[in-house]
Amino acid sequence: MIELVLDVNGAERSARVPPLRRLLDVLREEFGLTGTKEGCGEGECGACSVLLDGELVNACLVPACQAQGAKVVTVEGLARPDGTPSTLQRLFLERGAAQCGICTPGMLLAAQRFIDLGATPTDEAVREALAGNLCRCTGYSKIVEAVIEAAREARR
Amino acid sequence: MISRIPVTSARSLPEAYALLEKPPPGLRVLAGGTDLMVQLQARVGLERIGHVLDIWGLRELRFVDRAEGLLRLGALATYGDLRDSPLVRERLPALAELSREVGARAIQSRGTLGGNVCNASPAGDTLPLLIAAGASFVVGGPRGERRIAADQFFVAYRRTALAPDELFLRAELPELAPHERLVYRKVGTRRAQSISRTLLALRGGALGGRLAGVRVAAGGVAPVPLRCRLAEAALEGRPVDALAVAAARAALEGEIRPISDLRGSADYRREVTGNLLARLLPELAG
Ligand SMILES: Cc1cc2nc3c(=O)[nH]c(=O)nc-3n(C[C@H](O)[C@H](O)[C@H](O)COP(=O)(O)OP(=O)(O)OC[C@H]3O[C@@H](n4cnc5c(N)ncnc54)[C@H](O)[C@@H]3O)c2cc1C
Ligand code: FES
Ligand code: FES
Repeated sequence: MIELVLDVNGAERSARVPPLRRLLDVLREEFGLTGTKEGCGEGECGACSVLLDGELVNACLVPACQAQGAKVVTVEGLARPDGTPSTLQRLFLERGAAQCGICTPGMLLAAQRFIDLGATPTDEAVREALAGNLCRCTGYSKIVEAVIEAAREARR
Repeated sequence: MISRIPVTSARSLPEAYALLEKPPPGLRVLAGGTDLMVQLQARVGLERIGHVLDIWGLRELRFVDRAEGLLRLGALATYGDLRDSPLVRERLPALAELSREVGARAIQSRGTLGGNVCNASPAGDTLPLLIAAGASFVVGGPRGERRIAADQFFVAYRRTALAPDELFLRAELPELAPHERLVYRKVGTRRAQSISRTLLALRGGALGGRLAGVRVAAGGVAPVPLRCRLAEAALEGRPVDALAVAAARAALEGEIRPISDLRGSADYRREVTGNLLARLLPELAG
């Protein structure tokens, strides 16, 4: 067992866990942060995407021992401090980019990472950035539109 | 149970080597985990894992640099590092391009070159490229370091030349001469069909209209990533014309050993690999 200490959405958290426990399970089961979803459990679907020290990762493939001391951002950490949705979240709502919602937390993190990088938000660039995040409902177009719009606002 | 497996998270190479002095039974190295975590999750070979050595924290293995005409890629260089490195993009654009196609962004954040090499899947994407580039692998452990040519490293299906007390440290690639190119092409999608994925990589160039220094390597067409010496011999010193292409195709189709399975017959795979060669060759000369 290891004493895992990390920063989740700006707050220090700790847990005693087996070193190979998945970050996904630590977030959901130890910390009760169930916004991060499990789809495939093998890196294919992106439902478990979080930011780990700023990088987009699949939380189902990251062992606890590799998150020691890290800064993690999950979907619970995206809203503004006053609890209202971020621009990206608002645009997901307005543009109908979420239907059943299972892919949405991961999709938001992958999109946020893309926006953070500050690249020009072309259709192609956004689709590449989201290629590891599968959605069975929306057909992607509305998601891509929302991300392009949010990225434009962030660049203004 | 995964929770029974002890893990040593090394913070430096000497710390890792200290554990390798007497490797615990069933020792497995863990880098970015994009292969190993999937295997653990699927309980593949779980009973054979007695101890895990986590090397992700070995910052000294995460680098890309140039020294003495060699491009050196550290074991922990991720696909993201290779994709974005100005050095790789300038000197070896094929590797940057390939890295950008591996998995998707989240896999590129964690998947490493060393993990791809040591996982030794016959369909590992970087392997034919490294072989065609003429790379050598530097491996090391408490007994010291040694150098192994990439085309000697993959000894049998998913088996490498690494000893139990050794780590893969870096790949060293001779830089391309001005007339040379390194090119590749792959067919088939990523994971879902990894067995049927075929990747062909070529290095070389044309001098006075004739091919020189040609190296050919293929992935997904044999139990190991394969250097295709017969195809090389059929091309060396020849102009790129229909005759040379036909001869090289025949040689290549004779030396690869694809399997037949649900996803395609061996004949189909031979044909596809031959097509890749025919399409890539003009790029070497051009
Ligand atoms: C969704 C998904 C998509 C993928 N797509 C592709 C793809 O398109 N092309 C492709 O080629 N691969 C793909 N992969 C496979 C994987 O991402 C790569 O093989 C990756 O390079 C593995 O690196 P890693 O650091 O994650 O390895 P790990 O999982 O940490 O290790 C892999 C193996 O190598 C050993 N090892 C690792 N580093 C060392 C070292 N320095 N010394 C000794 N042994 C070592 C480990 O013991 C283990 O057996 C994909 C995987 C997933 C989950
Ligand atoms: S649950 Fe992690 S990628 Fe699907
Ligand atoms: S909204 Fe249902 S999977 Fe994307």
